[in-house]
Amino acid sequence: MSNDREFGFSTRTVHAGCRPDPTTGARALPIFQTTSYVFEDCEAAAAYFNLQEYGNTYSRIMNPTVAAFEERISNLDGGAGAVSFASGLAAQSAALFTMLRPGDHVIASRALYGGTVTQLKHVLGKLNVGLDFVDVDDIDAWRNAINENTKVLFAETIGNPGGNILDIEAVAEIAHAHGCPLMIDNTFATPYLCRPLEWGADIVVYSATKFLGGHGTSLGGVVVDSGEFDWSNGRFPVIADPSPAYHGLAFHETFGVYGYLMKLRAETLRDLGAAISPFNAFLLAQGIETLPLRMTQHVANAQSIAEFLEADDRVGAVSYPGLASSKYQDLAEKYLPGGCGAVFCFELPGGREDGMKFIETLSLFSHLANVGDAKSLVIHPASTTHRQLSDDELAGAGISAGTIRLSIGIEDADDLIWDLGEGLGALQ
Amino acid sequence: MTAVDMAKYQDPEVIRRTLAMKRVAIVGLSDNELRASNFVGRYLLRNGYEVIPVNPMAEMILGQTSYASLRDIPGPVDTVDVFRKPDAVPDIARDAVAIGAKCLWLQYNVISEEGAEIASAGGLDVVMDRCMKVEHARYLGRMHWLGFNTGRVMATRDG
Repeated sequence: MSNDREFGFSTRTVHAGCRPDPTTGARALPIFQTTSYVFEDCEAAAAYFNLQEYGNTYSRIMNPTVAAFEERISNLDGGAGAVSFASGLAAQSAALFTMLRPGDHVIASRALYGGTVTQLKHVLGKLNVGLDFVDVDDIDAWRNAINENTKVLFAETIGNPGGNILDIEAVAEIAHAHGCPLMIDNTFATPYLCRPLEWGADIVVYSATKFLGGHGTSLGGVVVDSGEFDWSNGRFPVIADPSPAYHGLAFHETFGVYGYLMKLRAETLRDLGAAISPFNAFLLAQGIETLPLRMTQHVANAQSIAEFLEADDRVGAVSYPGLASSKYQDLAEKYLPGGCGAVFCFELPGGREDGMKFIETLSLFSHLANVGDAKSLVIHPASTTHRQLSDDELAGAGISAGTIRLSIGIEDADDLIWDLGEGLGALQ
Repeated sequence: MTAVDMAKYQDPEVIRRTLAMKRVAIVGLSDNELRASNFVGRYLLRNGYEVIPVNPMAEMILGQTSYASLRDIPGPVDTVDVFRKPDAVPDIARDAVAIGAKCLWLQYNVISEEGAEIASAGGLDVVMDRCMKVEHARYLGRMHWLGFNTGRVMATRDG
């Protein structure tokens, strides 16, 4: 029998979820590129479909390679388990869809990734779910926005792209006082820099496409659940009551701490179908093996570059929360002692025209719509990632026409600073 | 109510020792196949355990003869697995001691310090706020097939 030692974070990044294959002895995570699985007998097949036993039925719902990736991330976050999806947005919508029904209400931070803002506004709106955006820094605003139909509070650990840091503990307390879970998008911090479940959050979602994978090769998303939220508190009949979509099964009563995850997988993933491919899950699990090493270099580079930009007269405000000048310094020390991630913005006083010229002058930063790659990336949010937002919404997310977003990679910091210097030098 | 020291009743060594014993009486086993107790009973039966239902409201559950109380069960019992309200546990614990069971296992949310102390004083191991199905799947089964966090980290082939 193995021992019961509590292994450290780095050990778990390479081992959690991936035991040597019992049949072949393969040490690497095998890629089970199969749609379906042969049943041992009819009784086993029935037991799997009835969720009475842990068994593989169909890769839209579960797959051994995908499961290894899910266990790895849930282990690193300290959750009861995880369910992964084809993308971060698919994971996020499934997490919400599982707990919401028409007439419900959601409260979200105003400082979110533009794609998330669009998803919340338009998809939830179509499903007749009410929505209020609040100033992420205003704790009273979170409290005041709650009404009798509110089902979940949602924010990012580090806001995209404004660098706002959520006071997780304070907002979790408000959520729990009203019988609601707090759901956090932890994409920018990763579990290496912050584990929101340890601060009272109930559900964590990721775009694994970003730092978890780190290589920019694969889309994927994941939902991690603490297993500790009481879905039977009277506010969530959609989870606690017998489900018409699963022959009357009451997921929380029957599966306890695993109730939400079982419903997320056996109903939402089954029915909405945004399954991750086994190959992507393999690549993302492989990426996680170097997460601590990469994040250390990401945050060290980001800190150096943020300090370089802040010291340059040609640059306006720099949003990196790790700067001594940041209003988030106290929250950063509390929630992100290992560093504030590697995505932040700065302002070019010349606005849109200078923004475009700056980006076109860079030769080491790639101009593209992603973050969290090992390679450094740059984009102009107002014309790309946050294009669907109104001017007011842009301002609420801390974006202006002259905002440039950087995602700092793991190259040599000196080379990145040289490239940014070339870009600034091209401005009049 | 004072908080129960759960770690004392969730010792992995005790859990593994208990899972190795195969004769399990399930107190409060329901014949409704949507109830958690029925899921656990069915799972244990399919994974090599002998399951003895203890439920005065039924004669047969999962194809096994059901008994009104632990004391009515013929022959020895290794583990007494409890799906009842916490205030029923002290009496069940006394019965478990009387029939010479080896472990009193209290399922999720079946929290009874008094019952645990009675069983411990009678020489039984006690597991509390844990599920036999989940723990079997964690150590011996397929919990990792569905993305759950088993908490188990190992690099050997037979782990």
